[in-house]
Order: sequence, then C-alpha cells, then structure tokens
Amino acid sequence: MEIPYTVKNRPDTGIYNAKLGVWLFLASEVMLFGGLFSAYVLLRVGAQPGHWPHGWLDVRFGTVNTILLALSAITTLLAWAACKVREFGKFKFFHGCTILLALTFLGIKSYEYHDKWIHYEIQLKDGTFADGHLEEQDDKQVVLHGRIVKDEKDLYDLRAQKDIQLGEVKIDRANIVKMQNYGPWHNTFTAIYFTLTGLHALHILGGTLVIFYLWGPGSKMYKTDPERFTNRIEVSGLFWHFVDLVWIFLFPVLYLT
Amino acid sequence: MSESEQPVDLKSYIRLCAVIFLVVLCTTSAMIAASFSDHLGSGWTGRVTVILGIAVINAFLVAGYLMHLLSEKKLVYTVLCFTVFFFIGLMGLTLWAMGNFPVGTINH
Repeated sequence: MEIPYTVKNRPDTGIYNAKLGVWLFLASEVMLFGGLFSAYVLLRVGAQPGHWPHGWLDVRFGTVNTILLALSAITTLLAWAACKVREFGKFKFFHGCTILLALTFLGIKSYEYHDKWIHYEIQLKDGTFADGHLEEQDDKQVVLHGRIVKDEKDLYDLRAQKDIQLGEVKIDRANIVKMQNYGPWHNTFTAIYFTLTGLHALHILGGTLVIFYLWGPGSKMYKTDPERFTNRIEVSGLFWHFVDLVWIFLFPVLYLT
Repeated sequence: MSESEQPVDLKSYIRLCAVIFLVVLCTTSAMIAASFSDHLGSGWTGRVTVILGIAVINAFLVAGYLMHLLSEKKLVYTVLCFTVFFFIGLMGLTLWAMGNFPVGTINH
C-alpha cells in the first residue's frame, strides 16, 4: 500500500503530510518548552534578592555549544540542499558533520553536568560553608578543592566577586551538618537548569539518532525514491533547527542573565 | 511555492549559510558583551531586555532562513499563529499570577 502525499503536496493543505505533521509537532514542542520557560521566569522573579545564582555556569562552554549548534543547523540545511540537487556524496559529508557536531555538543554538556555533580556545598557546625569540587573522601574526612565562606549568600553571585581564592580544604566528617552536591536537588536554579538543559539534551540525542539513521541505513531510500528521501531530510532538519532555536534562548537565559 | 520547493543552487546556499553563521557569531558575541558590560548600568531588567532582544535576532535568522519560514505556506503560518497566541497566553498568565498569593501567605 502506498502512503499518500509523502512526495506530492496535498491539494487542500499545499504541503506534504510529513511537513504538516512536523510543524504541528513543533507547535506542541513550543508549548512544552514554553511551560518550562514560564516556570523559570516564576522562579527567577520570585527569588529573594541576592539568592539567585550568577556565574555558576561557564560561559565559555555555553558559547562553544552555541557555535556548535549553529554550525550543525547550517550543515543540516546544506545536507538537504545537497539532496535536492542530487549530490549524494555532499549530503553524506554535511550530515556526517551534523552528527559529529551534535556529539561534541553532548560531550561538552556531559562535562558540565559532571562538573556540577562533583561540586559540593558543605554546611559546617561552626556556621560556615565549604564549597568546591570533591577531590577525595573517606569515613573520617572530605577533601575539596574550593574555599570556605562565612555566609551562604557569598556562594550565589560569583560574578560580583573578583578574586576568589581556591585551595585544598580538608573537613572532618564530624564537623559536617549537611553535604550536598550541585545536582537538581540543590536549589531551584539547579532544578530548572537540569530540567531545561536535560530535556534539550534529550532532544539533541533523539535528533542525532534520527539523523544518524538517515545518514546510515536509512539512506538506502535515496536510490529508490530520492524525492521522498529529500523530504525526510527536510522534516528532520526542521526538528533540528527547532532544537537550535531552543538553545538560542537557553544560552542567554541560563548563562548570561 | 515555498522556498523549499524552488530549484536549489548549492553554492548560493553555502554563501547564505556563511553570512548567517557570521551574523550568529556577531550576535552571540554581542550577547556576551552585553552580559558583562558595565555600560548597560546595573539594572537587571534592561540588561535582560538587551540580551533577549539579540537572541530574538538570532532566532529570526534560524527560523526565517534556515527553516524557510519567510516563504512558507499559509497553513504553516496559521499553525504558528495559534502557537504564538497560546505561548503568549502561557507566559502572560504566569506573569499575571506572579503576585497573586492568597491572603495570609508567608514567604520564607
């Protein structure tokens, strides 16, 4: 049985079915991310003065990831254009680049997550706070590469503090009141950061799998039905550009403001 | 006919992409500069407005040129109009309800 309107446009809609389908899907995705962005706004504006983190995320990593995604959006478009002019070799090259760029993005994101996972805030019995990256721990003591501050508020705005001296901090376990890493449970900022970027990273992963399929085993269709294959590339490309669009707003919202 | 249905010239697409990439590089740099600049004053609202304004330019480039949204069919625009309407509603309701706490609410 032949599926109708996979290549030709439907007379009533003016576009082929998959394209209408992906636009409807993207509309639902806008609402999904919109809900989370509105949650971010609520948390950010509702935070008490001085209690919203600044400078917790490395702008350099965010910038590199922005450039990687922008490049991958461009290679996706060029892969589609190469399909359109029937240059299969160039399609393979451009989409291969897209996959590599996406994997690099995920690699950097994983590194950032790992960095937060090994970053600890420790409340001590004398009322001070130790903060830094976990170097080693055993039953008796914990060793961080970080610093000790008197007030927890000093840990929020890192941009305002110019000379932060970091060093080895040894803490006896007997002096610890509470020890927690910078995972999603740490505070509302890390919760919304991991939720937003985690959902976005899942979209990147899903998109990469689809693009990999179309680049690899799925590319057999090019020989039998190149027009339909080109439409598949266009539809997957629309999804990929949407993922780039989301990052265009995630980067400034989380890293720069 | 939408742009994606027109005959494609790969070289012209490469040129277009190069221009878009350069603009994205510039706008990203501008966002970072705005974030760290002291010239924008200390007001958080003004700084955020500038940064998000630049992000909107980036988004326009991606949606308009890479997604061919500047020359799409009417149905796609209709779908997106509904999306924008509900998105604005979602954000608007959130902002509207921001200070709407029941009498007697205590903030810790």
